[in-house]
Amino acid sequence: MYVAVKGGERAIDNAHAWLAEERRGDTDVSELSLAQIREQLALAVNRVMAEGSLYDPDLAALAIKQARGDMIEAVFLIRAYRTTLPRFGASAPVATGAMACDRRISATFKDLPGGQVLGPTFDYTHRLLDFALAAEGGEVPEPATGAATEGDLPHVTSFLAREDLIQDEPEGPATPRDLTREPLDFPADRPLRLQALTRGDEGFVLSMAYSTQRGYGRNHPFVGELRVGTVPVEMEIPELGFAIEIGEVKVTECETVNQFLGSKSEPPQFTRGYGLVFGHSERKAISMALVDRALRWEELGEDDMGAPAQDAEFVLYHSDNVQATGFLEHIKLPHYVDFQSELELIRRIRAEAMAAQGDVQEAAE
Amino acid sequence: MSDQIEIDARKARLSTLAKAPHARLLDLWQGFGAAPEHEVLRAPEIGTVMVRGRAGAVGAPFNLGEITVTRCSVRLGSGAVGHGYVQGRSHEAARAVALIDALSEDGQAAALEAAILLPLRAEAEGGKAARAEKAAATKVEFFTIVRGE
Repeated sequence: MYVAVKGGERAIDNAHAWLAEERRGDTDVSELSLAQIREQLALAVNRVMAEGSLYDPDLAALAIKQARGDMIEAVFLIRAYRTTLPRFGASAPVATGAMACDRRISATFKDLPGGQVLGPTFDYTHRLLDFALAAEGGEVPEPATGAATEGDLPHVTSFLAREDLIQDEPEGPATPRDLTREPLDFPADRPLRLQALTRGDEGFVLSMAYSTQRGYGRNHPFVGELRVGTVPVEMEIPELGFAIEIGEVKVTECETVNQFLGSKSEPPQFTRGYGLVFGHSERKAISMALVDRALRWEELGEDDMGAPAQDAEFVLYHSDNVQATGFLEHIKLPHYVDFQSELELIRRIRAEAMAAQGDVQEAAE
Repeated sequence: MSDQIEIDARKARLSTLAKAPHARLLDLWQGFGAAPEHEVLRAPEIGTVMVRGRAGAVGAPFNLGEITVTRCSVRLGSGAVGHGYVQGRSHEAARAVALIDALSEDGQAAALEAAILLPLRAEAEGGKAARAEKAAATKVEFFTIVRGE
């Protein structure tokens, strides 16, 4: 039980003023600008946008600055801001096949049309601290350029689909359920699960995915394709009577090709897991695809292994870090009355127990 | 047929303007001259649009997350109506786009195309091409090492 308590306003005001000073840090060090955060901590900005479910790099940079770099606090700030805005509508589903790719790799086909494009990746770096970055004003090397490929890069799964070697993706309702508008309700269909996963905590989704690799609901994934790039966002504008592109977002997409299934009526086929995340976030996109695949056990007619990653209620109820933080951290707020009643209770029980013990001892003597 | 050509032109115009960097858009708009007399039909308003994806890139639609969008609608003295949508949060940019749209509907499309749309399109395409060329340089060229037996 939470009981309202009055008082403490002065202490709270002073605490917040001190927080502002601590946030600024040593004033001999120049202040961070939002543009610096946006441009130089871009992956932090990406994560706040993905988990905050709002794509706006400047707002995410502001949230990171205000939260002193606490990512979950920044996500919380973005979520809270989002609720103050009216929603104009929903876009047409983004066409990731027409993505302007910075990066596109496949772990299943070496020589795929369009090739393996590494893009700006941490892969193959030695993970040794680069002390040259500690010195400011260093020269930034000019990246090499090559002749760009014309046309869209085809999805790897489309090659498998052509031979019918991978299951079809069924169409779903044109208006998917939206967990930001209605409470999470079970059974959760795949669109709802994908929404929860794409905004879920990266660490949580990663751990769930990792658990499937270690044997808790194993689903033998291959990264059929991982691509990072920008896609236009198109929306029907009622007052115009046609659709226009109202923006552009950078996204990371992962398509996994998983263990196959067959039945008496259907020959064996590969199955799919899918990850799509705002910004450049490969760890999150791959994790999402693995967990998506694990959660599909029922519709694919697989056995319930009792693995945590197969349990939609467990995964979806615990993936949201703002909800989790809210419930976790509320226990540090005043619970004086709750605790008083517990205290009185334990004093009474102890007194009764000790009295009973005394009686037993007396009787024994 | 000509209706469709007009719709396509307006669609292309509004799509380019919606994605343009606000500062650059406003610079070009100011360079075009003073804003015409107009009535505001819908004051600039910041909101969001829910972006959707598809399961497996081709299947059931799902909600990916929202983007911020600002919109505005205006009417010129002549009666021409313009609608502005821009990504992000900028009242000025949304109003400028609505005015550019209204003026284009009012016979100034060619002048605005030359002064504003052409440079914005060229810059957007230039930026895209530069990234594509950097990406191309990171394309893996496999070669097989022949083992001497």
